[in-house]
Amino acid sequence: MNIGTSTGTASPAGISRKRIYCMEEVCIGCRLCEIYCIAAHSKYKYDLVKTFKKMLKRPLPGIIVEEQKPVSFGLQCRHCQEPECVKSCITGAMKKDPVTGVVTNDAFRCIGCWTCILACPYGVIRRDEQEGKIASKCDFCIENNGEPACVKNCPNEALQIGLAWE
Amino acid sequence: MGAIEGIRKIDKKNHIVVISDEPYHTYSRPLISYYLAGKVAEENMYYRDRDFYGRNGVKPILGTGVRSVDFDRKTVVLCDGREVRYSKLLIATGGKPFTSPIENVYKENVFSFTKLDDVKKIEKAAARGARAVVVGASFSRLKAVEALVHRGVKVTVIDIMDRIMPRVLDETASSIVLKTLGENGVELLLKTTVERILGDEKAEGVLLSNKAVLACDFAVLAIGTRCNTDLVKGTKIKVNRGILVDGMMRTSEPDVYAAGDVAEGYNFIEERSMEIAILPSAYKKGETAGINMAGGERIFEKGFIMNSMPFLGLSILSAGLAEQHEGVRVKALLKEAENTCKSSYKKFYIKGNRLVGYLLVNGIDRAGIYTDLIRREEDISPFEDSLGGEDFGLICLPKDARKVRMLDGLNKE
Repeated sequence: MNIGTSTGTASPAGISRKRIYCMEEVCIGCRLCEIYCIAAHSKYKYDLVKTFKKMLKRPLPGIIVEEQKPVSFGLQCRHCQEPECVKSCITGAMKKDPVTGVVTNDAFRCIGCWTCILACPYGVIRRDEQEGKIASKCDFCIENNGEPACVKNCPNEALQIGLAWE
Repeated sequence: MGAIEGIRKIDKKNHIVVISDEPYHTYSRPLISYYLAGKVAEENMYYRDRDFYGRNGVKPILGTGVRSVDFDRKTVVLCDGREVRYSKLLIATGGKPFTSPIENVYKENVFSFTKLDDVKKIEKAAARGARAVVVGASFSRLKAVEALVHRGVKVTVIDIMDRIMPRVLDETASSIVLKTLGENGVELLLKTTVERILGDEKAEGVLLSNKAVLACDFAVLAIGTRCNTDLVKGTKIKVNRGILVDGMMRTSEPDVYAAGDVAEGYNFIEERSMEIAILPSAYKKGETAGINMAGGERIFEKGFIMNSMPFLGLSILSAGLAEQHEGVRVKALLKEAENTCKSSYKKFYIKGNRLVGYLLVNGIDRAGIYTDLIRREEDISPFEDSLGGEDFGLICLPKDARKVRMLDGLNKE
């Protein structure tokens, strides 16, 4: 599955694009999505044990789990059609790919001014101050053919891929 | 840039000409302080790729200013005499620095802080151990201070007000900023101003209004920016503080649009047309103008001021109202840290059942949710108590309001 090719389906209504949706009714708050997201973006790609045993500085998860019992859900970048973060970025680091629709932040160009944190309506961009200051967020696992690790490993299928028209 | 992307959303064919007196590809003005601090190289100051103009069918004319516009002949006259005809014109001349009258101000080591060329000059003067006087404690000036501190310059900031950024920061927030300035060896002189620059060829010091004399190796002036409306002064185009436009960014003249910092915008919180000179709104105004110029339809609405002000390790965010107004309640939460510079401070401005503004110092996580509550004019009464809480998130919102956000765009079929 490649979101670059399989979701560029144009129709009169626009382009159908994949997004990650969470059904809070079935989320059990296990936080495996966070764990797998961290591992998927670590240098040990998907190896949980090595990621958590060997890495002192691990990547921040691109998903935020919110919990107030009994409700819980995971929330990550919506990859908005009209992304506030991209429009407000002062460096041009935050971009929406015209082909895949995925919003990513170029860590090399980001200066950590936090304007995207001010602008993101969902509050899903984190401050990563481990090495320099950069904004950290979900990249839809584009380096893994756009198969998000959180969705793949959600035990109760609370996280799902849905289609959105843009 | 917003305008080019706006036009190309609708129209892929027609010619676009970009004219600028600066010789550079579209660069980010807010990045000049990062350039001066050595954190961003010149080649990374550009918003878009090098081939942005080429890819978008844009002919750039850079390094030549515009002398005048003949609105009847629909022609732009350049400073070098060339003429460019247009069918639609966008004026995006931005802001320009202004300063209060200071005697003897034109010296080779007295600088502005607005353009890339300004910081290229400052860079040469800002040697380690040099002494600088910075006039005006606005946010952009403080970014200059930060960059100079990083370069090892000894900085004195002078401001006429009795507090730092009084329109954005209250007593508590400014005390955190003052502490931070102090820890970084910056001296701040309030309630005074520069009366005269001392020295012949070069500035050697400044004479303050309280008659004190400060020696310096260079000075950064410019107290703030104003809309750069020079081009349309005395023409048919209606101007207030900035160029007056409607929601589609049309000026009073047919086929002429204005956007960016030179154009006013409707501030829906203060309910009036005013300058909203911040980058996110400059982009959106440009995009709106572009879409409309190309025959599409887009309205610039719900404009309001918002700013992220990272500064010497502090993170400060502010959106919407930033001072007490009649009929506006305030909720403030201070979490003091051992080191005041690390204290977290959150302040919310609430009008009736709506959030109309906030100020966050250090505790800025998830702030965009607050910005969105302002933009949507959401009824916050069911969850007002949770504002500013450590675990604040969409989970605090009523289920309906949360679902609207979480399932946005989902095609249910």
